[in-house]
Amino acid sequence: MKSRNREIDMNRKSFLASAVAAAALALPLGPLAAQEKVVNVFNWSDYIDESILEDFEKKTGIRVVYDVFDSNEVLETKLLAGGTGYDVVVPSGTFLARQIQAGVFQQLDADKLPNLANMWGVVTDRTAKYDPGNAYSINYMWGTTGIGYNEEKILERMPDAPVDSWRMLFDPEVASKFADCGIHVLDAPTEMIPAALNYIGEDPDSQDPEVIRKAEAALSAVRPYIQKFHNSEYINALANGDICMAVGWSGDVLQARDRADEADNGVTIKYVAPNEGALMWFDQMAIPSDARNVEEAHTFLNYIMSPEVMAKASNYVYYANGNEASQQFLEEDVIDDPAIYPTPDALATLYTTTPYAPKVQRVVTRLWTKVKSGQ
Amino acid sequence: MARSAKEPDPRQEVAYLQGDGAAAGTLSGLHARLLLLPPYRILVTVLKRLGVSGRNAVIAIPYLWLLAFFLAPFLIVLKISLAEVVVAQPPYTPLFVFVEDGFIAIQASLENYLFLLEDSLYWKSYLSSLRIALVSTVLTLLIGFPIAYGMARAPKRWRFALLMMVILPFWTSFLIRVYAWIGILKKEGLLNLALTQLGLISEPLTILNTDIAVYIGIVYSYLPFMVLPLYANLEKMDLSLLEAAADLGCRPIKAFWVITVPLSLPGIIAGSFLVFIPAMGEFVIPDLLGGSQTLMIGKTLWSEFFNNRDWPLSSAVAVILLLVLVVPIMLFQRMQEKTAKAEG
Repeated sequence: MKSRNREIDMNRKSFLASAVAAAALALPLGPLAAQEKVVNVFNWSDYIDESILEDFEKKTGIRVVYDVFDSNEVLETKLLAGGTGYDVVVPSGTFLARQIQAGVFQQLDADKLPNLANMWGVVTDRTAKYDPGNAYSINYMWGTTGIGYNEEKILERMPDAPVDSWRMLFDPEVASKFADCGIHVLDAPTEMIPAALNYIGEDPDSQDPEVIRKAEAALSAVRPYIQKFHNSEYINALANGDICMAVGWSGDVLQARDRADEADNGVTIKYVAPNEGALMWFDQMAIPSDARNVEEAHTFLNYIMSPEVMAKASNYVYYANGNEASQQFLEEDVIDDPAIYPTPDALATLYTTTPYAPKVQRVVTRLWTKVKSGQ
Repeated sequence: MARSAKEPDPRQEVAYLQGDGAAAGTLSGLHARLLLLPPYRILVTVLKRLGVSGRNAVIAIPYLWLLAFFLAPFLIVLKISLAEVVVAQPPYTPLFVFVEDGFIAIQASLENYLFLLEDSLYWKSYLSSLRIALVSTVLTLLIGFPIAYGMARAPKRWRFALLMMVILPFWTSFLIRVYAWIGILKKEGLLNLALTQLGLISEPLTILNTDIAVYIGIVYSYLPFMVLPLYANLEKMDLSLLEAAADLGCRPIKAFWVITVPLSLPGIIAGSFLVFIPAMGEFVIPDLLGGSQTLMIGKTLWSEFFNNRDWPLSSAVAVILLLVLVVPIMLFQRMQEKTAKAEG
């Protein structure tokens, strides 16, 4: 995201690569072609520096078939249907927990992953909540769900805006001031309901339908001021100055900030994980139980856990990673940015959530539809 | 060619026989030549043994088509709709379970259908989809009729070009065309920019993420489905009827309502159904252009399937949607048969 040109170059290169690959396939190579090693990776969109994949191919001779998705739900539906053909997938923590339960993943072979030693206890302690003993997954990136805002537009409407508080969204008096310039909110009930519960002083990780229903009042009170519930549109909308505020994922807001900087359009985007506490989430790499290239998948995971590689990925996508050894290779504007790597004090206010049971999930989704549609 | 036997038209009868005979001639020639090939000969022998004649085979093709691409998928959805959610792969209970001693137990429940009745969200979504589909159909008709009329009455040498102008946008992906509307309708979009520049409005209008944007999207996307059947109908119309009406002192406007509109009714009905049926289950347009208050059954189904991972309940929603749509589809079919008979 740092440079558009780099992306275009990359696309051209990968196009050439695939053209060459196609030509190679057309030749009757026989046993040689049959032995070609492949790993099929399914990751979030805009979530890796593609040169990492090229380096991996050069170093190991394993060809990476890289495919992307943009919502946990889409990934989960594919995994539950089975036979995805993917060898490495990247679900978020709460989704991973349920998928492990459904028997979608296989246990990792720690002997093949010497780079596990590089992982960061602060993160692995927390991911163990979703994946006990971290037996099925490794952390790729983590981040927070907070508020991204357009500094000029917010201060113009409310010079003393409480920019580091959830009052920006949940206090009707404050939110109403920004309704005219546009507020976007994630269309992710599993993140927004905990945020609302946390704001009204309830346990954000509550599994009790009675408690969860209390989030409805908090959300409905500000519903009239919310323009859209969406998981990716806010990146462009913030960067272009179309909206003045969004509840979004840390790295995505920071990408919006950089796009605005690049465009030099007079838009300044800021990100905060509000001081009342914010959700800390984890994207985990795991291997489906029906993966065909298990050996190559392990090689890929181990490569990703190399300190330099992981640092390169974080420097590119502006998300923090769970790799302690990579921190010395991080650029200063990444490691020293509290929006990416929160200070220890801020880290203490972050909370995590656990997946809902099916019956509770229905209450959650129903409540969410009610809030969104005003029905 | 569906002229009934009661009132034979000798001219057409001859044409019918000739046309059929010529086709049959080439076909039997082909058949005779293909018989020289062993695989074909074996296939024909096997089919004959099974009592399948060429005539039956031809009739069977549409039924097989329907079976493979409609009935079989429908039965799978119906099966899932009777199951329950579990955390597993796939995420629902099987219909048949092997119990000991080689017995097979069937587990099916209508609980999902009962839940649909209980929760107001679902019937509200159906009703809201119905309303949006109906309003869009009427709007499409109001815009499509003048277009089709203009095309059908335009000089002959222009008609092809006009027809192409209706069809050409189809060459661009539907998704991209709908996405382009975001750029037009958004606050800093082309429409608001144009209107402000012209001094017609001082504050930009909020159109995107409202029901109005959904109507615009549906009317735009489905307009050709309305225009084409109407055009085909209007172009065939016998203009001497209008001349006769004028000779008898009927004003053009009255002649339009008394002659043109009733005669174009089959086109109006065909176009309306072609717009109404897909609009009812529309997902992409409300998702991209609509706001979160836009309730449509396609979106409800999506969130049930993806957000709740409730495949059984979403299958039940789909089965009900199909039943709701089967009624207009049957009506449409009936209407088509009637007009075919009337025209024949």
